[in-house]
Formats: sequence, structure tokens, C-alpha cells
Amino acid sequence: MEKVKLTIDNKPIEIPKGTTINKAARQLGIEIPTLCYMQLHDLNIENKPAGCRICVVEVQDRRNLAPSCATNCEEGMVIKTHSTRVLNARRTVMEFILSDHPKDCLICPKSGNCELQTMAHQLGIREIPGEEIASTSTYRKDTSPSIIRDLDKCILCRRCEMMCNTVQTVGALSAINRGFMATVAPAFEQNLEHSTCTYCGQCVAVCPTGALTEVDHTPDVLRALADPAKTVIVQTAPAVRAALGELFGMEPGTLVTGKMVTALRELGFDYVFDTDFAADLTIMEEGTELLDRLKRHLNGDRSARLPILTSCCPGWVNFFEEYYPDLKDIPSTAKSPQQMFGAIAKTYFADKINVSRKDLVVVSIMPCLAKKYECQREEFSSDGNRDVDFSISTRELAAFIKQANIDLNNLKNGEFDAPLGESTGAGVIFGATGGVIEAACRTAYEIFTGKKLERIDFTELRGLEGVRAATIDFDGLPLNIGIAHGLGNARNLLDEVRSGRSQFHAIEVMACPGGCIGGGGQPLHHGNSEIIKARAAALYNEDRGKPLRKSHQNPFIIKLYEEFLGKPNSEKAHHLLHTKYFDKKKKIIVKQ
Amino acid sequence: MPKIKSPAELSKHKTEVLERIYGKEKIRIRVHMGTSGQASGAKTIYNFFRQELEKRNIEATVISSGDMGYSFAEPTVEVKLPNEEPIVFGYVDKLKADEIIEKYIKNGELIDGILPANYRSI
Amino acid sequence: MVCGGTGCSGSQGEALLDNLNLELEANALENDIHVVKAGCFGLCSTGPNIKIIPGNVIYTGVKPDDAKEIVSEHIMKGRPVERLLFTDPLTKKKLTTEKELSPFRKQLRLVLRNCGVIDPGNIDDAIAHDAYAALSMALTEMKPADVIKIIKDSGLRGRGGGGFSTGLKWEIAAKNKSDEKYVVCNADEGDPGAFMDRSVLEGDPHAVLEAMAICGYAIKAAKGLIYIRAEYPLAVARLKTAIEQAREYGLLGKDIMGSGFNFDIEIRYGAGAFVCGEETALIHSMEGLRGEPTVKPPFPAESGYRNKPTNVNNVETFACISPIILKGAEWFSSIGTQKSKGTKVFALAGKINNVGLIEVPMGTTLREVVYDIGGGIRNGRKFKAAQTGGPSGGCLTEKHLDTPIDFDNLIEAGSMMGSGGLIVMDEDDCMVSVAKFFLDFTVEESCGKCAPCRIGNKRLYELLDHITKGKGTPADLDRLKNMCLVIKDTSLCGLGQSSPNPVLSTLENFKDEYDSHVTAKKCPAGHCKDLMEYFIISANCVGCTACARVCPVGAITGERKEPHVINPAICIKCGACKEKCKFDAIIIQ
Repeated sequence: MEKVKLTIDNKPIEIPKGTTINKAARQLGIEIPTLCYMQLHDLNIENKPAGCRICVVEVQDRRNLAPSCATNCEEGMVIKTHSTRVLNARRTVMEFILSDHPKDCLICPKSGNCELQTMAHQLGIREIPGEEIASTSTYRKDTSPSIIRDLDKCILCRRCEMMCNTVQTVGALSAINRGFMATVAPAFEQNLEHSTCTYCGQCVAVCPTGALTEVDHTPDVLRALADPAKTVIVQTAPAVRAALGELFGMEPGTLVTGKMVTALRELGFDYVFDTDFAADLTIMEEGTELLDRLKRHLNGDRSARLPILTSCCPGWVNFFEEYYPDLKDIPSTAKSPQQMFGAIAKTYFADKINVSRKDLVVVSIMPCLAKKYECQREEFSSDGNRDVDFSISTRELAAFIKQANIDLNNLKNGEFDAPLGESTGAGVIFGATGGVIEAACRTAYEIFTGKKLERIDFTELRGLEGVRAATIDFDGLPLNIGIAHGLGNARNLLDEVRSGRSQFHAIEVMACPGGCIGGGGQPLHHGNSEIIKARAAALYNEDRGKPLRKSHQNPFIIKLYEEFLGKPNSEKAHHLLHTKYFDKKKKIIVKQ
Repeated sequence: MPKIKSPAELSKHKTEVLERIYGKEKIRIRVHMGTSGQASGAKTIYNFFRQELEKRNIEATVISSGDMGYSFAEPTVEVKLPNEEPIVFGYVDKLKADEIIEKYIKNGELIDGILPANYRSI
Repeated sequence: MVCGGTGCSGSQGEALLDNLNLELEANALENDIHVVKAGCFGLCSTGPNIKIIPGNVIYTGVKPDDAKEIVSEHIMKGRPVERLLFTDPLTKKKLTTEKELSPFRKQLRLVLRNCGVIDPGNIDDAIAHDAYAALSMALTEMKPADVIKIIKDSGLRGRGGGGFSTGLKWEIAAKNKSDEKYVVCNADEGDPGAFMDRSVLEGDPHAVLEAMAICGYAIKAAKGLIYIRAEYPLAVARLKTAIEQAREYGLLGKDIMGSGFNFDIEIRYGAGAFVCGEETALIHSMEGLRGEPTVKPPFPAESGYRNKPTNVNNVETFACISPIILKGAEWFSSIGTQKSKGTKVFALAGKINNVGLIEVPMGTTLREVVYDIGGGIRNGRKFKAAQTGGPSGGCLTEKHLDTPIDFDNLIEAGSMMGSGGLIVMDEDDCMVSVAKFFLDFTVEESCGKCAPCRIGNKRLYELLDHITKGKGTPADLDRLKNMCLVIKDTSLCGLGQSSPNPVLSTLENFKDEYDSHVTAKKCPAGHCKDLMEYFIISANCVGCTACARVCPVGAITGERKEPHVINPAICIKCGACKEKCKFDAIIIQ
């Protein structure tokens, strides 16, 4: 590869042609501050609109300052990253940005986790000259079931736009208006709720400021906990335990399952359960459906369409309801683990503890913002009483724990309650991309072949490649599996399915890059994909450590079928654990 | 219209159209009808010339062309009488147009409002 | 025919007119010979000028007293008055007719050669005026490299504002190998008051189509796109007709004139965003994306429309191409200055008598443009400044009047060529307000992508507004300047990099005016409303009450036939009283 020589702050460096000044400087240990720039290495995602102009540097003989994130190194360049000209420009630009930003840090949901705040501090801004005559750009605040848009705080880094359009291909957010009133919003400035938004929350995950945040349901949960008439139970998704520790200063990838259980119990939840249990249940239903369709398909039944698509990710469900309504009979009808849990909790478990469903409050802790919307979907309630009452994110849980003066680090490990707290390793790996289909294979293999599965780890299904394909040998039957994470990748697979070119028998889709571990409700990874990898590793570790690693071996699942549901895909199971999908192709509604 | 299939055909066509359009000396009136001209009412003047010349039995070609750049004096009209240098009139309204027809076109009599060619062309 | 241009009227043209009439009457010729007042002859420096028809004899430097000789000699006896004929300064030859005099005119129509001449709706008329002759020549007699060489040698520089060598641009686009390439014509003319491109497209659309095809041949592109704002309906209509007619003749399309070269052109519409004149923003807009710029490199010549090599030129640039091909590089480079060749079209606007389009050779001085061609300042006011380059340029002042206008001189003077808007200001214009006016435009037209342009320009505007309201401090001027420099230094595209120019150049040339606003809190031009006060001079006031009656807010009081007084606390400075006063009793302080 061709190399170029240059000097940065008087330090010589030789670097491959095409490297940006910013990356070259980093190799020399010079960290040029950036604001709009963001990179997700393994996911091949780079956002560099060169819009914030904070990272400008002086290049000798160049007329103006160069944005280091978007300027490539060239032979013989002499670069200064901290000349007085650069420092003055950087500070002035930062003053510009702050002059059009609300100063309500005290009550901002992003306070303490805000890249703009950090940068203002780093640049030592202590006053904003001319603030008294500076007008600000203000916009209508928009609250959807999952996401709040407060565009007064938008700094036009365009990361959300990049996630929404380039990565997720959802196309809900893009830059609108001109000049001072430019901002990022759905087309025609309609509400997010009326846009094509899937609530995947990736925009929230990358927003450097408080412009995009989740709807906080902690106060509702607190109210329920304070109500003596209510029995409040909680379920925790697998990805939460792999990331919650990060918000308490632990290394990414630290598993905090036991401490989390103790914390939830201390917070006052009457029962602490595990969504992993419902994940095992999902495998039973979805796996049976897969085998059923597969067998019918192999027997030449044309009504049995393949591939079957997983349906546990609510962002993904929203996506195909919006963009592929013509394919809505292809995904599995199985509800997501969150909703399966809710349905079982408010029937089977409520009966067991003799509490009426209206007095039973089901709270879910999710790595996800779309789950907030999912639990509010009409079909997931009975007489107006939701199966899952409130869904709060990993971030909200951490804040809740901190509010209660609980130091997660110093908690003893607790155990989930029975019966909805027991799970196998298959349920745990649901949190990472490829995990659902791996879990399904473990069970489907044994049921289909009637043989014991010796090699439990389907490593060929793991990894961070955007689209993966593998063929699993079902004792002579080659089962073609497709996996996509990130909705843009899913779109590619879906287009193949739509055109009839798809060779897959089953496809797993997760809306978020990395799967649930990279969900929109997780601790912000600020673009560092090493963190996502560490979280995945943690889940696979927990799986390996479990005595039972196949969903159908879960004794409480077996008991649930014996006592209550009969067998997988029974009529009762269908009633409680399966759903249907809707054509949601949006008509444009403009509401002001 | 047949296609022009070679450079030779182009120059042949040029000779033909030169002859057809400019071969015979006649009264030729160009109304400058760019956006500036039209905004100042050039269209009315264009129609006026077409109708009135016909009414008054004067054989002339009336052409709509682009603007000359005399925005300050729009609408402007160029009148070319046979064997005369073309003359551009500015601030043309219906009254002036009538005067142009009656005095200049009919009698070759000059009237106020002439914009002399103040440029050269390549 | 007597030149009635302002220049000549000023130099006793009126008296000459009267004398000529008297002389004719005295000789009883008034019914046979008419004296008419005409517009400017374009020979202002030698005025007053008269022309006698028939014969088309032109006399220059005619004094009122010369009327007698002209009538008795030329008209009565048919003998030209030798001493009043124009003398060629080089050959010392006496020149008589308009044709002979034409080289001494200030304007040279190269780009506008056919505007107002041909019927743009008739391709035959265009062909009669040499349209497509250059394309024919290029296709048969030249290789693509030859075309590029001749354009390079001609010294033609981009007329859209940047002034980059057109030949070099073509060469880069030609060198980048690709299965598809594009030629784009930038017709997104956005400077306030500028309409050079519109006039060319309306008056001579084939000039642009032909040049695009020549460019396509040179860089090996088969597709041309014209990006034009939808607010130019007439230009769009004429372009459409022209494209259809050219296709019918096979001058666009497949196998043009049997050469095997294919080229076709499509029109793309812009919605009128100023920033879409920036080439990367223009390309994004054509791709259906938000019209906002991206960082260069990559330049469009490497990766442009649909990521293919794309050559973007402005309308006026394209309009220069055919004459260069037909008449040669040497001919073109003989026009203009050392580094700026050819002509430039300017749209004269503001406080000038002859507003409109003019085309002059590069190197013409501002004085010639303003006084000789533009007819001087309106109402005999004093010239103060001329803004070139629109909202991206700066102002030229009295000291620049004799500077030859070309790309480099304008930059040196703190302005720029821009696309050719030229707004003239007189002594009544407040330069702080002028800067504010342009900033208002930039704030509206910024795309909002980068922070310095989006927010910085707004802050500049706000501070200027603050100053014009008399609330500024001397320290604000330092802050103003720093903001300007940082916005220039850090903005993403040409819009932000040049938007502070009007402020910087007025700050440089009219510092005293800024100072006066922030220290004495006075607007020397008497323009800033908040800084003026209406005052009645009691000595002049006769107490007619006219002012009190016209005042819309009742700020004027006083008894009949007694001097009146204006209460500044109530006065809204509408100026109605001053207009009404017949005794010059009301003044602005």
C-alpha cells in the first residue's frame, strides 16, 4: 500500500495513503477533539459529515482550516493541531454551537453523559460572548411511545440520520429546513409516531446530546411499587445483565446477573423473573412452528412458505409491517419473549398466586426502546389491561438503582424467583445476533432428528458480520440459515425473499447492530464496537456455564406445558403466545 | 424535419436558412422578450406589432428574441428597415409602438427614445 | 440624433440639442430634419456625441456652439465637419461611421453575442448565426485532447465565481476513466440581482447546448444535465424547445452529424436554494438528496453525479466555448488582461442610471463600467461603493474606480468576481446596513450543515443589527472581525467561506462609519432609523401645521403660526413630516 510522509505537531509520521488526519494524529497520541464524527469499526459504519468543525487543524499552505475527520493525509503535509489560529477557531465555533443550545443541563436527561457538555468542559468554555443578543432556534417537542425528540438540543451531527437511513434504511429522520432553523426530523416535520420510525432507538443510542432520548417510565414503576394493592413483578432481558455493570464503573462485558436480581429485589419488586424463561418458551413455539412449516414444505405443501423469519425483535416487526406488509405471513407468529412472559404472567402466574390481572403489574427491563412501544400495542392487552405494563431500559434501570442509593458493585448475588425465573443457556444467547436462531437450532435439531445434539455451540452462526449464512446439517437435511442484524442488512435479505431468490429456510433478524446487546436502551457505547463484542462474549460465557443449554430441557417450561398449555402450538398456546401482523404502510399524516 | 447527418449538411443548411430568413430585405422587428422584457410588458408590445402591422397592411416579420440587457429601458424593440442599420427603441409602450409604426416604419422618421448600439460584438 | 445619456447630458448635451433645433429653424429645415434625443452611444468619454442619418456619421465632443457649423456645413452642403470626427488614437485617422467607431466602445458582446439577435425558439435562426458550427468543427477536425488544449490555451476561467481554469477542469475530468461521465451545466443563478445566466439561456440557449456537447466530446461523456432553478420558467421553456429542436436535427442524440459521438441533455430543476450553486450541493440536489455540500476532495471531476466523473461549468463559461473553438485560443486570449481572458457579463444594479446587463472585456475599469456604461449615479449623487460577487464578495470604493476589473485584482481589492452581480451604492447608503443586508441573505440561504455558517452567520447578523440600532460598543467591532475570520476559516463550503466578505470589506474600507455607529451612535449616511432624530429648526418653521397634521403618531405639537416641536419620545421616524414641509424646517440629526 502506498504510504505518505507528513508531520503533525512537529512529529513525523508515515501512514497509508487515504488515512484521515484525525486517525494519523491518534497514532501519534494526539487526540484531536471531534463532535459530529462517529465510527463503528466492525460494523463498517462511519459518520463524518464534517459539520461541527470542531476538529479543524491548520495545514501549511492551505487557505483555510481543514476538518481533520474528513481530510486525508497527503505527502509532505505540515499540520498543526493546536496553533493559536486553530485554538481560537475551535473555541469560537464551540461558542457558536453553545449559543444556540439550551443551558438546562441540570435537568437534562443526558447530563453527565453528554458529548457536548464534555467538549464544552474540555475546551474550557466559561462564557458565551454576545449571548444576550443571541436568538435560539426552537422547535416543537415530540413525544412518541418510545422516543422523545427535543430538537432545541440538536447540534446537527447527523449521526441519527446516518443510523436511520444508511444503517437501518428506515428513513424516518433526515435533515430539514435551512440555515439557522436546520434540524433533523421526519419528513414534513410530522411526529415520529406518524413517520416510518420503528423505534429501534439507534438514533437515541448515538445522539451526543439530549436531543433524542427515551420516554422514561421509571416514575410509573415507582408509583406501582408504592401501591400496596399491586403485586409488581419484573422480567429482565438477557442483554441487560451484560451491560448494566458499565453504568456502575465496571468493565464492559462484566456479567451482573446476580447483583441485578438483588438490586431489583431491594427496589421492591415482589418477584424477580427472567425474560430468558420466556425466551425458552419462544423457542418451543417458534421452533415447533419452524419444524411444522418445514415438514409441510418438504411434503410439497405450497401454502407453507419458507423461509420462516424470527419475530422476537419489535423494531424488526415494525419494520416489516411498514416496508414489507406483503410478506407479513412469513414471520413466525410467535410473540416476542417480553410479550410471552406478560401473557403467561397475567394468566398462569396470576392464577398461581391468586392475584387478579389488574392487580398484577408486569415490568420489563429491556435493552430496547421499541419494547416500550411493543407493550403498548393493542393486541397485547386484555380488556385494556396490558400484558406488560411498563418497559424500562437498561439505562433507566441504572438511574433507578442509583436513585435508591444502591451500589450495585457491593451487592451479593441473588437468584431469580421460581417459576418464571428459570432459564437455559439457549435463552441467554437471545441477546446477541445469531443467538435466537442458534437456540432454535439446538431444540429443533433434537425434535426433528430425535437424536441428541452433541455439538451445542453453533459458532458458525455467531459474529458481527452484517449478513451471515450457514448451513446446519439436520441429520442429512441441510438447513439453510440466514442472519441479519441492522435493518439495512435485513432489507437485503427481505428483498431476496420478496423476489423469490432466497434459499434460506429460516432467517433471524435483529433490528440493532450487534443484536439486543447493541440495543437502543443500552448504556451508550459512543460508537465503540469493542464494547458490543465484550457484551456478546459475556452472554456466550453465561450460556457455557449453564447446566441446561437447550430450551426444551427447561424443567419449568416442561411443567408449564403440562400444567397449562398442553403442547407447543396447541390452541391455548396459540391464543396466548402467538400474534398477527398488520399492514402499517404509512400514509403521510401531517399534524402540527 | 430531416436530420443533419454530417458537417457538410450543417453548412448547407446554414446557407439555406440564411437565405430563407435573411436573404430578402424586409422590415424586421425584434421584440426583446426575456424575463425582464416580459415583466415590463413586452408581450403586449409583441402582440400589438403583430396585429397592427397586419391591420395597417405593412409586410413585416415580428420576432420574439431574448433581452439585450437594457433593463432600465424595457420593453425594448429593434426595428430593421430594408437597407438601414437596425435601430433599438426603449421604453416602448403602445403609444410609442404606434409612433414607431407611423413615423419610423412608414416614413423613416426618427423619434425620441432610441438606444444606439453602444457595444461591439464578436 | 443626439446622445441623451447621462454622461452627455451632463456635458452640455441639452444645450446642444436646443441649438441644433434653433439652427434648423433659422434655416427653415425643421420639417425636413428631426433632432432626436437618443440613449447612450457608448462613447461617453468623448461626449456629447451626435449621429447624423442618413450617412451614419458620428461627431464626438460636440459643443453647443458647434451646432451652427454642423447645420451649415454637413446638412446644408453635405461636407463633413472634419474637426469633430473621432480620431483613432493610434493611427490618428479620422473615423466617421458607427462601424468604424465600434472598436472604441466599452462593451464587447461575446457571451451575449446572439442575445436579442436571434429568435431563441427557432434553431434555424441560431444555425444562421453559426450555432453548432463549433461542434461540427470539433467533431470532424479535432481530437478530444485538441479541444481541451484549445480551451486551456485560451485562458478561459470559470465564470461561476471560482475562476478555476476551464481547460484544466476538463482535462481532469477527461483523465478520470469511467464507463459513464457527465457534463453538468450550472444554471442555478442565485446572487441577488444577478441574471446573466438567465439572459443567455433565454436569448441563446443553443450556445449552451452546443458547448455542453463539445465538452462531452472532450471528456468522453455522453450525458449532459442542466441544473436550472424552477423560478426561471421562461429560460426552462426556451431550453426545452431548443433541446427538442436540436434532437430533431440530430445535433443532440446518437451519432451526432455522423461522427459516432452520442450526447444528449436533460433538464433538472432546482428549487432555488442559493447553496445549490455550489457544485457538490448541486450534484446532491440532482441525485434527489438534500441540497447541501460535502467536503472536497473528492472533486466532482473524480466522483460527482452518481459517483461518476462529472464536469460542472456555469452557463456563461459554456457560452464562451463555441467562439473559442471557431476563432481560436489566440483570439480569445487577446481579449482581457494577462491572467483573466475574455469578457465578463455584469448585472448592474443599485443606484446607477442604466441598470441592466453589460458585457465588457476583462480589465475594464470600474469607472468605465459605472460612468461610461452605467450612465453614472442616479440623481447626480456621489459614488460610494460597488459590491461585486454578491453576498460572497466585497465592496470596491472610490480608490478602486480605476482598477482594471479581473479575477485577481478583485481578490486583491478584498472582493471577488463572483458570478457577476454589481451593485452600486451612493452616499445615502450606510455600509453597516449594506453588510447587514447581505448577511440577511446568507443567513436565509445557508444550508445549515456546518456550525460556523449555520450559527455564526446568524450571530454576525445579530451583531450588525445591534450596531445599526446604536447598541454596539467598540469591543463589538473586534468580536465582529474575529467571528468573520473564524467563519471564513472553518466553514465547509464556499458559501460560509465567503459570507463574511461583505462585513470584512466594509469594515476595512469604511471603518469610520462603523466607529461612528458604536461611539457617536450616529449613522453618517442617515440611513439607520434608530440613530436618527427628526428636528424642527424654529427659525425656518412658519407654523403652517402641515407636519403636525401628517404625523401619524401625534409627535408634533405647536400653535398655528408658531414654530412646532417634535417629541423624539413619540416620533417613529417615518419621515412623513419632512416630506410635507415646504420650508426645509425639518432636518435629520
